[in-house]
Amino acid sequence: MSVAAQVVHTHSKVEPAVAFDVERIRADFPILRERVYGHPLVYLDNAATSQKPDAVIQAMLEYYRHDNANIHRGVHLLSQRATNAYEAARSAVHAFLHSELASEVVFVRGATEAINLVAQTYGRVHVGPGDEVLITAMEHHSNIVPWQILCEEKGATLSVAPIDDRGEVVLDEVQKLLHPRTKIVSITHVSNALGTVNPVREMIRMAHEAKAVVLVDGAQAVPHLRVDVQDLDCDFYVFSGHKIYGPTGIGVLYGKAALLDQMPPYQGGGEMISSVTFEKTVYNKVPHKFEAGTPDIGGVVGLGAAIAYISAQGVDAIGMHEHALLMYGMEKLSAIQGVRIVGTAREKAAVISFVMDGIHPHDIGTILDQEGVAVRTGHHCAQPVMDRFGIPATVRASFALYNTEEEIDALARCIKKVKEVLG
Amino acid sequence: MSDLRDIYQEVILEHAKAPRNFRELVDPHQKAEGSNPLCGDRCSVSVAMDAAVIKDIAFQGSGCAISRASASMMTQALKGKTKEEAERLFHDFQEMVTGGNGHSDMGKLQVFAGISGFPTRVKCATLAWHTMHAALHGGREPVSTE
Repeated sequence: MSVAAQVVHTHSKVEPAVAFDVERIRADFPILRERVYGHPLVYLDNAATSQKPDAVIQAMLEYYRHDNANIHRGVHLLSQRATNAYEAARSAVHAFLHSELASEVVFVRGATEAINLVAQTYGRVHVGPGDEVLITAMEHHSNIVPWQILCEEKGATLSVAPIDDRGEVVLDEVQKLLHPRTKIVSITHVSNALGTVNPVREMIRMAHEAKAVVLVDGAQAVPHLRVDVQDLDCDFYVFSGHKIYGPTGIGVLYGKAALLDQMPPYQGGGEMISSVTFEKTVYNKVPHKFEAGTPDIGGVVGLGAAIAYISAQGVDAIGMHEHALLMYGMEKLSAIQGVRIVGTAREKAAVISFVMDGIHPHDIGTILDQEGVAVRTGHHCAQPVMDRFGIPATVRASFALYNTEEEIDALARCIKKVKEVLG
Repeated sequence: MSDLRDIYQEVILEHAKAPRNFRELVDPHQKAEGSNPLCGDRCSVSVAMDAAVIKDIAFQGSGCAISRASASMMTQALKGKTKEEAERLFHDFQEMVTGGNGHSDMGKLQVFAGISGFPTRVKCATLAWHTMHAALHGGREPVSTE
């Protein structure tokens, strides 16, 4: 073991194969060699979607070139290979989330579909007139609208726990809003617009005391944090593959086996059945009960490769690197006169949302783009968060394992240019 | 390659900072709301007609420099125009900012020609125009650029 590797080892619970070397990691991502308007690409829109390493691109390519077949049917060799690849990815997610069983992992299109699945199955059975669903004021639209649809259908109420000026959820208010009619609590682990890391373990404990089940939206958490669903004791946990260096169109619903077993199916079709006659259909067991139709097998293979890639780097090592970038970025951007950071929670993931005096985020985004710096501008599918802070939009820079301090310097330099052009 | 100066011209920045006709008409004959759901920009346009002629036109809302300047200069360009002239100008403006050739001389509005090099900003430039169009047609439903 090299000296550098030993140093990492002392800081990390996992053992990365080699020391965290951002230049080596950057070499794994072919898109980072793109040039934008003649400038090197500075990709700081990772909370929207992350870039894909060669390992993921190659795994999907190899699957389609060598193994492609439908799964769980057919006795031929390719079908067996495709099935093995698909189920190996399920095992990888099972290990990644530290679930008790691999069968607690359901493949879906993404976090959005996972939330809709829970709302339309568990929700429709367990939420009735006068009941309540509790969310927080920092949720993404995908963790608001499915519950609004459910509540409207059932005559239930959607209640919202407020956030404070730092962008932290107010736990006392959560406690007050929890009562015997609260059937479901659905909360984000990390806010996409503010970067806030919620104290979900504590919130889950509070919700369970009130006998509510808890769904955690982990879309923004899994790229940055080690997640252990058994330790959290959440009932459902959802995330999207494309935010953790996997392909778009594939995601995960984790659910406790006891809950998934009793839930009705979401969609009917092939794969999700044991037997079908015109009189009666017997549903397949979980997770297959929730995977009607031929799934995105290539996407699942890509997701499995992405998880293997992250695990090889070490989730904790990635988290440390990103935290250092966050600290550096917060300091750099706060030092620029006229820049105001929105979202200053004490526990924060690698997301910096900001506004500038008298300059609209959209104009900032265009000028940064011309310099090769990709950021997100807008409401980030979290309009209630924008309303809470009395702003129409923010600029959001979000970091990944391949970002560097030099890229944050480039961002800061370009923000100064924005002031020159528009100030 | 398009240059930033193509869109952030002096006259555009000046209108963005101090938009003209940025107010609510006391007694508008027609009014419409518009929004760009992608960036959260909002715009309302109110129009007072004198027979077939736009006697007064004003806008309000929040948005980027491009959308504010575009709304401001639109109100200046349309005052005194007939409904038909306004519609023709809207068509020509859209044609110009999307890089088409089928438009006549745009006068002062020509400063927005550079938008065609920035496709993601076309909606910013046209939001007020779409809203004006809805106002002239007595649109009850808010218009959206999506």
